[in-house]
Amino acid sequence: MKPFAYVKPADVEAALRAVATEPGAKFLGGGTNLVDLMREGVERPDTVIDVTGLPLDAVDDLPDGGLRIGALVRNSVLAADPRIRARYPMLSQALLAGASPQLRNMATVGGNLLQRTRCAYFYDAAAACNKREPGAGCDALDGFTRGHAVLGVSGSCIAAHPSDMCVALAALDAVVEVRSVRGDRRIPIGEFHLLPGDTPQNETALAPDELITAVELPALPVAARSRYRKVRDRASYAFALVSVAAALEVRDGAVAGVRLALGGVGAKPWRARAAEEALLGGAADEAAFRRAAEAELAAATVRPGNAFKTALATATIAATLRELAREEDAG
Amino acid sequence: MSTDVAEAVRTETVPNVGRPLDRVDGPAKATGEAKYAADHDYPGLAHAALVHATVARGRVTALDTEAARAVRGVIDVLTHENAPRMRPVKRFSLGSFVKGSSVNYLATDEVHWDGQPIAVVVAETPAAARHAASLVRATYEELPAAVDFAAEEPKAVPQKGNAMFSSAADKGDANAALAVAPVSVDLRFVTPPYNHNAIEPHATTAVWNGNRLTVHDGTQSIAFVRKHLAMRFGVPERDIRVLAPYVGGGFGGKGMVWAGTLLAVLAARATGRAVRLALTRESVYRTVGGRTPTTQRVALGADRDGRLTALVHTSVARSGGMPEQVTSASRHLYAAETVHLRQNVVHLDLVPPTAMRAPGEAVGTFALESAVDELAWRLDMDPIELRMRNEPERDPLTGKAFSHRMLREAYALGTERFGWRERDPRAGAMRDGRWLVGMGVATAYHQPIRFPASVTVRMGADGAVVVRCGLHEIGVGAATVQRQIAADQLGVPLESVRVEVGDSDLPAGPIAAGSGQTASAAASVLAACDKLKRQLLALAGPPLRGRAIGDVQARDGGLFHGGGGRTYAEILAGAGRDHVEAAVKDGWVNFLARSARDGRRWVHGASGAHFCEVRVDADTGEVRVSRWLGVFDVGRVINAKTAAGQLRGGIVMGLGMALSEQTLVDPRTGRVVNASLSEYHVPVHADVPRIDVHCLDDPDPTTPLGLLGVGEVGVTGVPAAVANAVRHATGKRVADLPITLDKLL
Ligand SMILES: Cc1cc2nc3c(=O)[nH]c(=O)nc-3n(C[C@H](O)[C@H](O)[C@H](O)COP(=O)(O)OP(=O)(O)OC[C@H]3O[C@@H](n4cnc5c(N)ncnc54)[C@H](O)[C@@H]3O)c2cc1C
Ligand code: SF4
Repeated sequence: MKPFAYVKPADVEAALRAVATEPGAKFLGGGTNLVDLMREGVERPDTVIDVTGLPLDAVDDLPDGGLRIGALVRNSVLAADPRIRARYPMLSQALLAGASPQLRNMATVGGNLLQRTRCAYFYDAAAACNKREPGAGCDALDGFTRGHAVLGVSGSCIAAHPSDMCVALAALDAVVEVRSVRGDRRIPIGEFHLLPGDTPQNETALAPDELITAVELPALPVAARSRYRKVRDRASYAFALVSVAAALEVRDGAVAGVRLALGGVGAKPWRARAAEEALLGGAADEAAFRRAAEAELAAATVRPGNAFKTALATATIAATLRELAREEDAG
Repeated sequence: MSTDVAEAVRTETVPNVGRPLDRVDGPAKATGEAKYAADHDYPGLAHAALVHATVARGRVTALDTEAARAVRGVIDVLTHENAPRMRPVKRFSLGSFVKGSSVNYLATDEVHWDGQPIAVVVAETPAAARHAASLVRATYEELPAAVDFAAEEPKAVPQKGNAMFSSAADKGDANAALAVAPVSVDLRFVTPPYNHNAIEPHATTAVWNGNRLTVHDGTQSIAFVRKHLAMRFGVPERDIRVLAPYVGGGFGGKGMVWAGTLLAVLAARATGRAVRLALTRESVYRTVGGRTPTTQRVALGADRDGRLTALVHTSVARSGGMPEQVTSASRHLYAAETVHLRQNVVHLDLVPPTAMRAPGEAVGTFALESAVDELAWRLDMDPIELRMRNEPERDPLTGKAFSHRMLREAYALGTERFGWRERDPRAGAMRDGRWLVGMGVATAYHQPIRFPASVTVRMGADGAVVVRCGLHEIGVGAATVQRQIAADQLGVPLESVRVEVGDSDLPAGPIAAGSGQTASAAASVLAACDKLKRQLLALAGPPLRGRAIGDVQARDGGLFHGGGGRTYAEILAGAGRDHVEAAVKDGWVNFLARSARDGRRWVHGASGAHFCEVRVDADTGEVRVSRWLGVFDVGRVINAKTAAGQLRGGIVMGLGMALSEQTLVDPRTGRVVNASLSEYHVPVHADVPRIDVHCLDDPDPTTPLGLLGVGEVGVTGVPAAVANAVRHATGKRVADLPITLDKLL
């Protein structure tokens, strides 16, 4: 690991000043991703600004029934929050499906939003990777692609976005609040993560000097009946091959409300708008669920190693919606 | 002087052997007091880190170490340009018969595999060493390399057999019999490379004192390490001390001498400092071999009653490491009329493979036991019934007697305990909500090896007993079980026996391999205790004087005949001695003679029956193992707790082989792509159900104390049992491991 300077500011203003004045500075949340990447030589900050002392660790009610989550709330704390569990169960389930208890105790909401891909070639300094070194090429394209994305990919990069939490946030239309010495911004989750295109090194809309301060969840009654289903290579402690965040409201046998987002298959947390559109107003039955899933996956670009993901995603979407519909029936 | 330890067989029931006792090393490990190879501090201790080659084959044309040297705290960067030379490996040397350990690291510019160490950085701190290592830049002249097993596999050549394992066998004309068999299966199997992933990454602390060397090393063979270092550094063995009182697991990965050990010693020599080289997990993947990948063909022919008329098992594995006995279980498990076995190997330019828990059998039984199951489907016959119809009375190929064989009992007991009769024989017929439920069985089989073991047993005037043997505590309870044995043999309380292990200054112990450490040492402990009692009897006055050893009993801390006798303390006091000591010396000459003699008479094997229940998600193909029972014949069980731990651990490892583990070697470059525990998926707790282990606990009449061996048999058969249960749940036969969900979609 390259030697670096370490500072721990006590308030947000000091943190913002530090990042604006220190070139090559990075914020440090729980460190569960940044420190790993520093160890591998992928991240090489000159200064690390530890933000865990900042007072951004509360979950506050919003007047309309939504919630505002401080950027430093730990993943395990957020998953256990009774308001999250009652109003947005998919988010709680997504958090608990990620990593391990020890990691979730450390990981912060801000850090989770910015965690980087697990593409093995990205991690390996001996491999060619456009994300790590623009223009170097992409060893994943003809390599092991089991973990790679099939939606939103480009010829430059097929890395999957690894976060479970972000999939739920995408389904819930969360808004990311950020701040810098230049002022505050609100970034809708759908615009926060970028598709790789020809510039896979640019991953988010966040500027280097911007601090994530909070994530806002709008009030969303349909989310009270929602779930997160994660499919992976072992029962726990593995990244998603496919995951589905879904909320469903059925009225008179027809879909009256739906939210659907996918993980493991997208170059970014994937809001499944095509599927939602196909479902809305239609029958809430197996055939419709599958058709909707297929509509979403029609745009998939697969490699031999990840071609199974279209079928797997289709099956997982259908199964998740089926279970939600059954729950509705049950009351 | 040598004692034939087989003479000292004792089979009387005794109080400590058989008890499920806690391990003596437990408290030290639980409290963190136990010191592993990387936990030893020395004045001026320096830290080393490896630089790995990033091409599979070629020459290093330039090494830029300037940036590395400029890092604060760096003491030296050793490369082939400046490192002291190690002596080459002699042609035959145990401990270095894995080619990987024979490479003359840092002696030439040659690169033999991606990951081979090409430089070692020595620094004041581990962080400085690792950072500097990342700054070393190499340029290469690349040479063509063979790295893709699937592509090279057709070029395989017959594997050379050796004295212990031959690589081919025939009985009759199996291919002809197969062609005319009324019912047959012919399947091709693929198993991927695997890595051991012991919890303790390999580590070495090396200290030179003039020409004397002390090495703390995480090893399964102290003796190999010492011998190998003596050869490579040109110092006599007596000037080298190797210490390994605690080893954090090995599974075969610490059986040979790999780069880390050698380079730590070399770095210490070059810098004049005590040096610790604790490999990162990535460095373990790059410098220590794992289990060879295989392709296998198993074809079975049978008559309509299920009697096997032909058994064909051929395999391709990698050369260079252990000669893997992939087809060995096919020699002993079934009474087929005709048999054809062949093992082939192919050379690859990758880190050489090495032994990994049940080398050969673990993957060979996957193929054989899957094929037998598939034959049962063809015959529409219960798979246990099919096995029982082909259970041999004598060894099928040689006609020799089995020293012990209880597979019938194992399956009978398992059938009851597991509720096998509740299995609906139709595929896909058992369903529980979203889950397709399946049940499968497979046979476990492993032949333990008995290695030489030298031992001393000392009785002090205060009644304290010290057993000394260079055993390896790799997490198996090595000291615990020998203590139980010695206490019983001498008739003293457990608490008065101390067992010293893990030091080359002790009498040479067996290597911790081949499921043989415990039984090998036990044989010598028995012999030494016997000798000690004879010496004590000779020293004893009345009422024991003149008694034959067979007429006295060792109990209550002394020797007794009828109601009369003397405590050991009394005997020693009477003789004016402060202790007596008995030594049993055992070596490779004995070993060869014993193996030859035993091998002529009997076929030894630990065996078992695995019962597995899986649940397969009907939508996604996710496989969850929901129940497990293993019924084993491992001969006598010394300690039910440590034995069950070994068997259960083997089953967990088998679950990983079956469902999630594989080392991904990039077929373009030969580079391991998932060199980390976050991408190499060993089973986590959520993957492992409650595992019910039952040992039949019946002593083998031909071995000292009736022991067979428990370390490896547990893993054999496990992947097949899972695959067979998946076949039952889904109707799909998955013949390439691991059984990932995409194969079931
Ligand atoms: C073994 C392992 C398994 C894992 N498994 C999963 C999994 O299954 N699913 C899953 O979703 N995740 C998984 N993770 C990833 C884990 O969720 C992330 O590492 C974690 O969420 C990152 O949060 P952190 O606070 O530790 O971030 P850090 O590592 O501290 O930071 C990550 C990035 O965010 C930046 N950053 C942090 N806070 C802020 C802020 N407030 N404003 C601006 N920038 C900021 C940092 O500069 C850095 O670039 C796993 C991680 C590991 C190590
Ligand atoms: S997929 Fe993306 S992250 Fe992975 S190697 Fe290619 S460019 Fe790099």
